[in-house]
Parts: sequence; structure tokens; C-alpha cells
Amino acid sequence: MTFIFFLINLTQFKLQIIEKLLTAMRINNNLARLKTYLLRHKRGLILGAIFALGTNFFALLIPYVLRYTIDGLQTVINKETLLLYALLIASISIMGGFFRYLMTRRLMGVAFQVEYELRNDLFNHLQKLSLSYFHKIKTGDIMARATNDLKAVRMLLGPGIRNLLNTIIMGSTAIILMLIINSELTLYSLIPLPILTVAVIIFSSRIFHRFKKVQEQFSSISAGVQENLSGIRVVKAYVQEENEKKKFKQLNQDYMNKNMSLVKIWGPFFPFIMLIAGIGIVIVLWFGGQLVITGEISLGQFVQFSGYLMMLTWPMMALGWVINLVQRGSASMGRLMEILDQVPEIKDSEWTQDINILEGEIEFKNVSFAYDEKVILKNINLKIPKGMTIGIMGPTGSGKTTLVNLIPRLLELRQGSLTIDGREIKTIPLKVLRKNVGYVPQETFLFSESLKENIIYGLEGFDEAKLRRAVSISALDDEIERFSQRYETPVGERGVTLSGGQKQRTALSRAIIREPKILILDDAFSSVDVHTEEKILKQLRKFRERRTCILVAHRISTIHDADLIVVLKNGEIVEQGTHKELVASGGIYANIYRQQRLREGLEKIA
Amino acid sequence: MNQYQAEEEILGKAYDARLMRRLIKYLAPYKLYVVISIILLLFVSALQLAGPYLTKIAIDRYIATQDISGLSRIALIFLAILIVTFFLRYLQIYIMQFIGQKVMFDMRMKLFSHVQEMSLSFFDKNPVGRLITRLTNDIEVLNEMLTSGIITIFGDIFTLIGVVTIMLWLDFKLALISFAVLPLLIYATLLFRQKARKSYRAIRTRIARINAFLQESIVGMPIIQIFNRERKNFRKFKELNHHYLEACLRSVFYHAIFHPSVEIIGSLAIALIVWYGGGQLLKGVLTFGALVAFIQYVHRFYDPIRDLSEKYNIMQAAMASSERIFKLLDTQAEVKDPELPLSISRIQGEIEFKDVWFAYNDKEDVLCDISFCVQPGEKVAIVGATGAGKTSIISLLARFYDPQKGKILIDGRDIRDFRQKELRRYLGIVQQDVFLFSGTIEDNIKLGENKMNFEQVEESAKYVNADRFIKELPQGYQEDVRERGSLLSVGQKQLLSFARALVFDPKILILDEATSSVDTETEILIQDALAKLLQHRTSIVIAHRLSTIKGVDRIIVMHGGRIRESGTHQELIRKKGIYYKLYQMQYQF
Repeated sequence: MTFIFFLINLTQFKLQIIEKLLTAMRINNNLARLKTYLLRHKRGLILGAIFALGTNFFALLIPYVLRYTIDGLQTVINKETLLLYALLIASISIMGGFFRYLMTRRLMGVAFQVEYELRNDLFNHLQKLSLSYFHKIKTGDIMARATNDLKAVRMLLGPGIRNLLNTIIMGSTAIILMLIINSELTLYSLIPLPILTVAVIIFSSRIFHRFKKVQEQFSSISAGVQENLSGIRVVKAYVQEENEKKKFKQLNQDYMNKNMSLVKIWGPFFPFIMLIAGIGIVIVLWFGGQLVITGEISLGQFVQFSGYLMMLTWPMMALGWVINLVQRGSASMGRLMEILDQVPEIKDSEWTQDINILEGEIEFKNVSFAYDEKVILKNINLKIPKGMTIGIMGPTGSGKTTLVNLIPRLLELRQGSLTIDGREIKTIPLKVLRKNVGYVPQETFLFSESLKENIIYGLEGFDEAKLRRAVSISALDDEIERFSQRYETPVGERGVTLSGGQKQRTALSRAIIREPKILILDDAFSSVDVHTEEKILKQLRKFRERRTCILVAHRISTIHDADLIVVLKNGEIVEQGTHKELVASGGIYANIYRQQRLREGLEKIA
Repeated sequence: MNQYQAEEEILGKAYDARLMRRLIKYLAPYKLYVVISIILLLFVSALQLAGPYLTKIAIDRYIATQDISGLSRIALIFLAILIVTFFLRYLQIYIMQFIGQKVMFDMRMKLFSHVQEMSLSFFDKNPVGRLITRLTNDIEVLNEMLTSGIITIFGDIFTLIGVVTIMLWLDFKLALISFAVLPLLIYATLLFRQKARKSYRAIRTRIARINAFLQESIVGMPIIQIFNRERKNFRKFKELNHHYLEACLRSVFYHAIFHPSVEIIGSLAIALIVWYGGGQLLKGVLTFGALVAFIQYVHRFYDPIRDLSEKYNIMQAAMASSERIFKLLDTQAEVKDPELPLSISRIQGEIEFKDVWFAYNDKEDVLCDISFCVQPGEKVAIVGATGAGKTSIISLLARFYDPQKGKILIDGRDIRDFRQKELRRYLGIVQQDVFLFSGTIEDNIKLGENKMNFEQVEESAKYVNADRFIKELPQGYQEDVRERGSLLSVGQKQLLSFARALVFDPKILILDEATSSVDTETEILIQDALAKLLQHRTSIVIAHRLSTIKGVDRIIVMHGGRIRESGTHQELIRKKGIYYKLYQMQYQF
């Protein structure tokens, strides 16, 4: 076998690696975190290690049998003994194979198990994070972490641990056995060790370095394409296709060059290890051969020795790979921990009191809100008595959605005070608070489930009567009857395409069915035609009694009969009053009202 | 999304002759390198097999005769072979990677160029993310197939043939006996491949499901939280995750069985060699060296076979990727250039729409029976409420789309008779949302036209009042817009887009005026710039500002996809029709 060899020096080399790993573990709390997961599978890992011992024990026995065979053949041996040896080899290998099977199942099983747990923890944790976190981080970024990084961690745990374990066990035992055969021969085989150690260390850090550059360039290509595609209208309008190709060619060329520079260093790595391994064989052949000639070792021992060298080749090479896996895995674990260590901003705390029932009186006092440095809400003072319906209006970006997001604590209040029934919102258990809020967001989001599942989404247990009622208030009943699968119609990304209005009304049903004390409709009629809107509002009237209702809207028609209308502009309340009052005052609201009247008139022409 | 995922999940055969034939074509320019690489591989495989044979000679010829100098000679030869192998192997890897990189480069270029030539309707249908995946990941997968797949498969096959040949040559009968386990090995491999493929597929679909669910949960997080669904949702996720875990463990099971099986089968061969070879040795027919060499060769025999089964996954993924890539390459642009295009030498700038009907993707008609004519040098404004079809008129004129019925003429010639690119060279199109590319301000004005000199850029910027704010930036024209992109106001971006249009000095100017309001000072600059921009050009402006509308020669009022009114501002006001109503709404179209 070409390789073999360096195992001899292995111990030393290995020790170094292990030491390096251990220090890395100590410094690197990325891996420390993994330890807590691994500890849960102590039993599996210990069993795996025992099986690994068994695997290697049997594997190392075979060269032993070969040695006796060869030595026996030199003296006297009968056919029966020969057959016995052959059977011995076969049965040893079957035992070894059995142990290898057990080992692989255990160790890889642990890796997948940990991946499973990590993924669960990740998901569970994500659900605790507040909206402001999701505004900061891109969905694609989280997805990348949940897929690629998780996989890298699993690779570290699976093949990483398995190979490390195998290398340690196989290496140390083989070297001991080799020392027993002939210490001098073993020592000679140690000669190439320093070269190999240095080579692996130099190579792996450089490879890692260049690999990172390749990855960066890869991202640049993606970014370049993304930009090109986003600006494709400009590209086409100004006939820039050829120039864009030139630009892309440059990116592509750089990527290729960086790859080739990686190949330059990565390319000789493997052949070099093979070369060093081969030199080991040559030494054994040359020096070991002489020992056979001088009679210090038998030909059988010579074969046995070579056998061990051969066996060690793979784990030795795997060691380089392991280093790589550890590096990548720990970097990935770090990226996962960035999510896992994100402290949930919104949760029950020591302020939380034992509150079970909410009436629905809401009061904002001097509430301000800013994202980073961008001020969204400025000094909001607003009291909404229970059972009242309030309309909120204002141009895009005036802070309407932020204002209503504060009520169910989707966003955390940082300045000012927000009370419900006179109690600070922080003191209300999150569960209780949200249970009492029915919310229809601006952008309708339906899950990939049936229509029914989507509507009874927040309901504890299913209630047919409630379902019917909610659907009927939302004026969705007729349409549902028209779907061939009715309530079982699948919706969401994988389901049928509902119209924007149907989606909004589904979301409305979802909020209504919970019979919340506080109902928030954030521009929930934007895709519903005026006629249907009117119908829904009429049906809602009864439902709204004894419930506090907040209607955010662009259309006057949605809010004109609210008890109070508030106009927001640049995060401030600029007008408030009833429809009549506001129209009479001749401000922003009156202006919008006039325009909408005109637009309606225009629509009638068409 | 649904379709998208389905497409990503496709996993077909590991070998598809039709796809392979197309892929091979990309290797054609590097034929020579491929040949060299394969020849090198041949040598490497052969040299690799020298070890056991040299050991045999050492044992039989020198150790047996106690010839130390002979032993040293053999060791030296061995060393020399190792060094040569090292260089050849490095060279081979290098060339192979070079080919892979080159092919990837070509393919990526081709794909990118192809995408550039697609019509806008294509981009309406294909999400950006999907196209990026084609250009990056899918091509990367092909590279893996090329470098770790196809060519190394040759290497494996060479090694296999080499081992078999040498073994047969060393001892024909013993060789045949050690091959006795081969059917077992082949059977095990085939069985494994079949099972592994199934579990691989299960893993892929289950992880896809997890990711779809995860993505949905991230997007729908506010709903999950408000509706107190965290626990239920988690339970569901856990279930999906568990399904995935099961599939993974199943695949671990197959792997855990397969690899030891191969080893056991190998050891059976060694047992056979010990038993039969030992007997032969006793009879004096076989030498010790040959026996040792045989045992070593048998080891070499399994590696390639085991490798081949690993290659299967690579090949399968590659076939799926190439299927997707070729599908994209086979997509034809919907708006096509004529076979014999008319060349445009000079244009006057007369535009005519004749009975034009248009719908996106054969849905509802966006434009119905549109006919109008714009004289050379005339300035026309198009007004109307949202959804009236204004932007579609621009898109048709620029031939981003073709109308279903009717025709569009420039200087009396159907625009479909020109090459798209040539046509667009005469049009200046300013879109509503200003798109800035990464790069400097200067880059963003002249775009990729490197022949344009700085003076031209500066001149246009000055002319449209953009020069002033640009000069105030720390780096002036060399300011990076991406870094400072957020610092440029909407108005500044608009001025920048005017400069961009002007620098190309178009005969016909098409402008989709931005709706967003800007501060008064900038507004004055924009109005002034706009007036200058429209001078001496045939212009069509989708106008949102009263001042713009007042400055044009004629106004076309659109409503519901039709032209409803047309005339000057005064005429239309007097008419008290749609325009009058729009006007009353303070012109917030």
C-alpha cells in the first residue's frame, strides 16, 4: 500500500492534535456548548467508544493471524492448520464487521440525535424572539443557519468524533503492537513524522484561509447576480446587457482564480500525504527487510508490521479531515449560538402578576418608539375606553402598525407607559394578554394548512358553531361553500390561490373566532371591495359591543363610524375626534375624505 | 414557491445519457487537457500498483537470498516511483481542477448571458432566488461531478483493471479464486445502492418539508405569537424533525451495514488466499512474495468499488442540477428579434400606437384598443388613476413585452422590425423607482459605458441640477452609492436617474414620474431638470405632478386600460370629465 507509514509517529502527532483540540474547546465556547448536548448522550458515546475498541481489536488481529500463517508456512504446517487460519481470518473479520456496524450506528446516531435536538432548540428559541429581532435578521440568513450550519455541526459530531476515536484507538494500539515486534523498526518509521505534522498544520491553515476567500467570492457572485436581476429593467432599458456580462465575467474570473489558487495548495496536499506514507513503506521494506535477513524478525512479523502501517493510513488521513470538520463545525456552532444566545426581549418576568381577565381599556401615556435611530412614534397619548371602537389613519410610515404592535407586545415598549385596565402591560402574563387580542395584520399570512385549520388557529379545541359564526361575520361563508373541498381547502403557499380579499377575510375569521376583548384590524380591508367591507362592518357591529376595537385604515369608509378617529403623521397624533368633527375641522382627515369622495365618483364613471 | 420547491426536490437517475451528452459538449474546448488528465491518471493508477509488486520482488529475490544491496536497490526504485507518483498526481489534480473551473466558468457565463437576453415576462415569473441558485449552487454541483465524479471514476476503473491484470499475471488460478467473492461484493453494492437511494430521497424530501415549515414559521411569527401557538407549532415542527431523524437513522443503518460488509467480503478473499495460496506455497508453486503481494492487492480492490457507490450520490445530484440548468438554457425569450432586422440610421422620433391590446400572461386586458400618435419633438403626458395601464404603455414601447393585438410604430415602422437593443438605444427610459447599482455615482450615471468620459458625466449631471449635491458628497462623483445609498434622498436619486438618461442623449424620452414627495427645494430642482430633459425630444411622461402636466403639449387621460380623453390642460378642464376630477383631487394620481 502506498500509504501506511507515519502512524508510527502517530502518537506524538495525535497528542498534539488532541491537545490543540482541547485548548480549542476550552477557549472556544462554541464547542463547549456542544458538550452539554453530548453529555446527554453519554451512554451512546461510551457504548460507541466500546464498540470502536472492539472494531479495532478485531481489525488488528488479522495481521496477527497472517504473521502466524506466513511463519508457519516457512516451517511445517499442514493443510488443516492452514484451513484453520483461513477460517480464523474469516470469523475475526465477521466479528470486526459486526462491531463496526454497532459503532457506526451508535456514533452516527448520536450525531443525528444531537442535530435533531439542536434543530428543535433553535426552532423553540426562534418562537420566543420578538418581532424586532426578525426585522433585523433576514429570513434567508436564519434558513442558512438552520440548514448549512446545522449540517456542519452534525458533520463535526458524526464523522468527526468517529474518526477521531478510531484514529486514537487504532493508532495507539497499532503502535504498541509495532513496538512489540521491533522497537528499532518502529522508531525508524517515526522519521517522517515531523514533516507530516508540520505539513498538515501548514496546509490546513492555508487551505482554510484560501477556502474562505473562495467562499467570499462565491457570495460576491451571488450578490452580483442578485443586483443584476433586481435592476434588470434598467439594464434592459439602457441596453447594458453586454456591459453587465463583462462585469459578471470579471466576478466569474475572480472566482475561478481564487479557486485555482486554492487548488494550488490543496492539490498537492493529498499526494503529499501519500508520498510521506509511501516513504514509510519504503523504510519498512528496506530496514525491515534487513531485519528479516539478519533474523531479528520473522517474515511473518514483517508482514504483520506492514499490515499495521497499511491500516493506519486511512485514520491518519482522516485526521486532516477531522481538523477541517472541527474548524467548520465550530464556526457554524458559533453562528447557531448567535441565535440561541439571543435573549428573548419579550417574556414574562418578575413584574408579571397573576392576572386572568382583561376588560380591554387601553391607555398610551407618553409613548415613544424608535428603531435604531429612526423615530417611529413620538409621545403618543391616547386613551381607549373598553368597548370602544377607534379608527387610526395616516400616511404610510406614520407609525400606525408600530402603535398597534405594541398592544399585544409584539414589540416591546421602551419609553412611556402602556396600560390595559390600568395595569402596566408588562405585568400582564403574555399568554393572557395575547389570548385577549384578536389581530389581523396588514400583510395577511396564512399557513399551509386547510382553511379550517387556519381559522381555528388560535382556538383551544374546535367548536363548529363558533367557526360558522366567525366565517359568517367575515362574509366568507358563501365563498367557502363554493370551494369543492369547502373547509378542507388547502391554503398557503402550497395550497389554492385565494384572492387577496379572501385571504384577508380568512385572517379576520381567525381573529374573530377567539372572541377577544381587544380586536385589532390593521388595514384589514385593503383588498376587500367596498361593498363587502360595508357588509362585514355591519355584521361586526354587534360583535364589537363590549370589545375594544382598533381599526387601522386607509379608507375613510372603514372607520367613519368609529367612536374616535386618530390621525397619525410622522409618529405623532395630529388630529383626533369623531368623523363629523374631523370633517368639520378641515384638516388632513377632511382632505383625505374629500379626495376619496372624488375617487369614488371617478370609479363610477368607469 | 410550491413549484419552486418541487423543482428543487427533483432527484432523478444517476446517469442520463441525454444530459450527459450535453454536458460533455462543455468539455470539448478542453479536449486536450481532458486527454492529458486521463493519461496522467492512467500512469498514476499504474504506478500505484507498483508497491506490492516491488514488495514481492524484495521478499522473493533479495530477502530470501539475503542480498542487502539488492534490497536497498529495490527500496530506492520504490522511493523514486513514489516521488514521480507524487508529481504526476499533483499535476493530474491540478489539470482536472483547471478543467472543472474552466467549464464552470463557461457554463456560468453562458447561463448568465442567456438570462440577460430574456424578456421581462421571464423575470416576472422567475423569482430572483431561483435564478441565483441556478447560477451558483447548481453549477457548483456540476463541478463536483466533473472533478470528484466522472474523471475519478476513470481512475477507479483503471485501478480495478490494473489490479485484476496484475493478479491474473502473478497467479492465474489464485487470482480467480480470490475473485470468487466478487459476485457477493457486486450484489452487496447493488443492494446498498438501491436502499441508499431510497433513504437519500426520503431524507431530501423530509428536510425540504422541515425547511418549508421553518420558513413559513419565521414569516408568520407575529401570528404564531399573538395566537399563542408556540407550543402547538413546536410540536408540529418536532414531528417533522423526528421524521427526518428517522430517515437519517435509516440511512445510517444502511451505511453501517454496507461498509463492514465490504470489509468482511474482502477478508473472505484474504482467507481464500491464505487457504489456497498457502497450499500452493507448500507445493512450491507460489512464492512468499507473491502471497504477500496478493494480500495487498486484494485490499486495493475494494477501495474503488466502495468509492463507486459513493460517487452515486454526486452523480445523482449533478444530473438533477444539470436538468435544471438546461431547462433554463432552453427557455426562449418571449420577445424575439426579427430574423432580418431593419437597421436604424437616424430616427425622427414619431411614435404611433395602432389598436394596441395587451394583457400580462393572458390574464385580464391591461390595455384595450389604444391608439395615439406623438409627433417628433412633441411632449405628451399620460395621466390616470393607478391601474389605468400607464406603465404598460411604456413597457410596450420599449418592447419589454409585445402586445397581443395591434402595432406600435416609430417613424412609421413597426418596432418589431428592429433589434430590441438597437431600438432601446434610441429611447431614454426613466423608471419610477430609481435603481442604483453598487459602484460610484459616476458608474451609476454612465452605467457600464466605459468609453464615456468623465466630462460627459459631469456635464449631464450639471445640466439636470444633480451636480450640486454630488459635489457635496465627501468623494464627489467617486462616492460609493451602495455604502451611502441610504443617505441619498429620493429626490437626489431622481436627479441621478435624469443624469443617467441624459448622458445617453436619447431621441425619445420616456419618463415614469416618481410619486413620492420630496422637499420643496429639491422639487424645484427636479422640475427645472425635467423641463430641460424634455426639450427637443419626443417625450412621453407618465405624470404625477401638475407642473409637469402643464408643461407638455398634450395630455392623454387613461382610465381602465383605455384612452378616455386627450387634449391640453385647458381643454380638458373645460370638458369637466375624468381629467377634471383627477385635477380636483389635487393631482394625486
